[in-house]
Amino acid sequence: MKRTIPLLITFLVGISLIVAMFVPHDPFHGLDSNFSIFYDVIAVFAFILGGGNLLKVHFNKIQNKRRDWKYSVVTVSGFFLVLGAGLLKIGVPEGWSGGYQASGSLFKYLYDATFQPLQATMFSLLAFFVASASYRAFRAKTKEATILLIAAFIILLRPTPLGFYLTYWLPEPLKFLHIPNLSTWVLSVPNMAGQRAIMIGIALGIVSTSLRLILGIERSYLGGDSS
Amino acid sequence: MRKGLVLAVLLLAVAAFTVHAQGEPPAQADLPAQADPVADSRSVRPPARARAYDTPNDHGGSITLEWEISPDDGAPASPVTGYDILRSESPDGSFESVTGTVGGATICTDNSAEDGIEYYYQVVALAAAGSSDPAAAGPAAASQQWVDWTRINLLVISVILVAAIITYVYLSTTRDLYIRKIAGLEAVNEAVGRATEMGRSILFVPGIQDMDNVQTVAGVAILGHIAQRTATYETDLNVPVSRSIVMSVGREVVKQAYLQAGRPDLYNDDMIQYITDEQFGYVAAVDGIMVRERPAACFYLGAFFAESLILAETGNSIGAIQVAGTAMPTQLPFFVAACDYTLIGEELFAASAYLSKDKKMLGSLKGQDAGKAIAMVAILLGVGLGTLATITGNDGLMSTFRLLRRLFSLNF
Repeated sequence: MKRTIPLLITFLVGISLIVAMFVPHDPFHGLDSNFSIFYDVIAVFAFILGGGNLLKVHFNKIQNKRRDWKYSVVTVSGFFLVLGAGLLKIGVPEGWSGGYQASGSLFKYLYDATFQPLQATMFSLLAFFVASASYRAFRAKTKEATILLIAAFIILLRPTPLGFYLTYWLPEPLKFLHIPNLSTWVLSVPNMAGQRAIMIGIALGIVSTSLRLILGIERSYLGGDSS
Repeated sequence: MRKGLVLAVLLLAVAAFTVHAQGEPPAQADLPAQADPVADSRSVRPPARARAYDTPNDHGGSITLEWEISPDDGAPASPVTGYDILRSESPDGSFESVTGTVGGATICTDNSAEDGIEYYYQVVALAAAGSSDPAAAGPAAASQQWVDWTRINLLVISVILVAAIITYVYLSTTRDLYIRKIAGLEAVNEAVGRATEMGRSILFVPGIQDMDNVQTVAGVAILGHIAQRTATYETDLNVPVSRSIVMSVGREVVKQAYLQAGRPDLYNDDMIQYITDEQFGYVAAVDGIMVRERPAACFYLGAFFAESLILAETGNSIGAIQVAGTAMPTQLPFFVAACDYTLIGEELFAASAYLSKDKKMLGSLKGQDAGKAIAMVAILLGVGLGTLATITGNDGLMSTFRLLRRLFSLNF
């Protein structure tokens, strides 16, 4: 029973959504957006579970003074500080009638002065990681890595003035070697072909996985027993 | 070799991703101070052959109008500035403007119609000097359609694919099917074994999307298989998640896996912990876990965005063996560059079937291959027909080529 009901729900919802793709008539019309709303409603309740789990894990860590428990103090303090600032509308100029995100509120201040800079810091790490990953990927140790390096060099030169001036003097029969032209060709022919091949594979994979889920062949997401 | 070529193609794709003048308002002709209605109606001739019909393939509430443009429209310095659509519920009633369109247009849709009510329409050509006589159309009533015929090709393709998959699922019960080796999935045992030998934990990241994303479902399905191995080898498993529902599902999956492995005593709920829904907050927390706990193996299987490289490079810096898999084409090159093994697109979806060795699931993979074969034949046929039609200028070949292209132009 514990398996049968979820499998039945999956089957009915899956089939209904497939039918809704081809039948614009009621009751199938707008079924996908309605199901998304149902999902969001469930997700809101599940968020309480998530928040509860976060607190439980970190309170346990603090209580037992487990390794790195001080980080948990920061996490729990941050959680309650932001929650309190939003719920109690601290610093909102209009008081209780104003929005918790209003300019001048503590919540807004925390968001602007703490959350956003921290988020930007994490995002900016990407620049360094791109450099280190590119360095490893572009090392011309093999034939494929050399092709990759040359292709990347052409693509990266394209938007620069150097990319234009290096090869603009080429005669008309050799114009296809002009870096902007070469770059366009690399992007629109081999790159596009590779991308499309991957996309076709992904689309077929999604169809196959969806069918396995709808027909109940794939049950791993319910905790195993996939027969 | 394959890895290098794929990496080349994907990195180029990412590079591609990273790389009006306001004119004077059109001079309006000065309207006459006092327009003469008779003279005005003579100034522009009306559109012809107006007709109104229920908009096809829709959910109702819409009527389409078509007409032939006014003889005064389309000429250089055309006086016709647009067409006004007037509507009434009786042919003799008062007509009110409901919508309109620009000059030169021959079609317009009235999206304010109510289903089941018969409407009469008038199409009027507009000019600076006045409007034309009306061209009558209708009556027409809007209604909901039972079939969206614009998607019929998608239905045909889907039916063929589904039939192929079901056929192979059926065949798999009677015969053994060959499935090629997927290096990334073969590495799962290696990674778990390595972590066990080193006495360190395994980190599993199921992406940052919720359970309504099929990639997350695929990732969680693989988590079940990995959890069975960690239970068998008594290796620590850590699954930080960014969605509450993923946490609930993940717990159920891991708990069942430990139960099936005969080690329910090793399972505890805190193995799957919720971090935050915020993308970079989640990444910061997972990076922190990696740096502090130094897991021996990291799995990134699910839907990823900008955090993919941050996670993979941090994992690389701690020397963990890394297996990644995603169907996000823009993130694949980052994983290929930074991880030891990468499941590219469809391989992620094949993973659960591959690891379970379940015959029916493997059969569905063969059905997927049949779909690929159909796609390849269609592409080769299309390229061949298109090339031949261009070289020979043969109309028959060109129409066949266009038909094939239309068949595969999917309308979502």
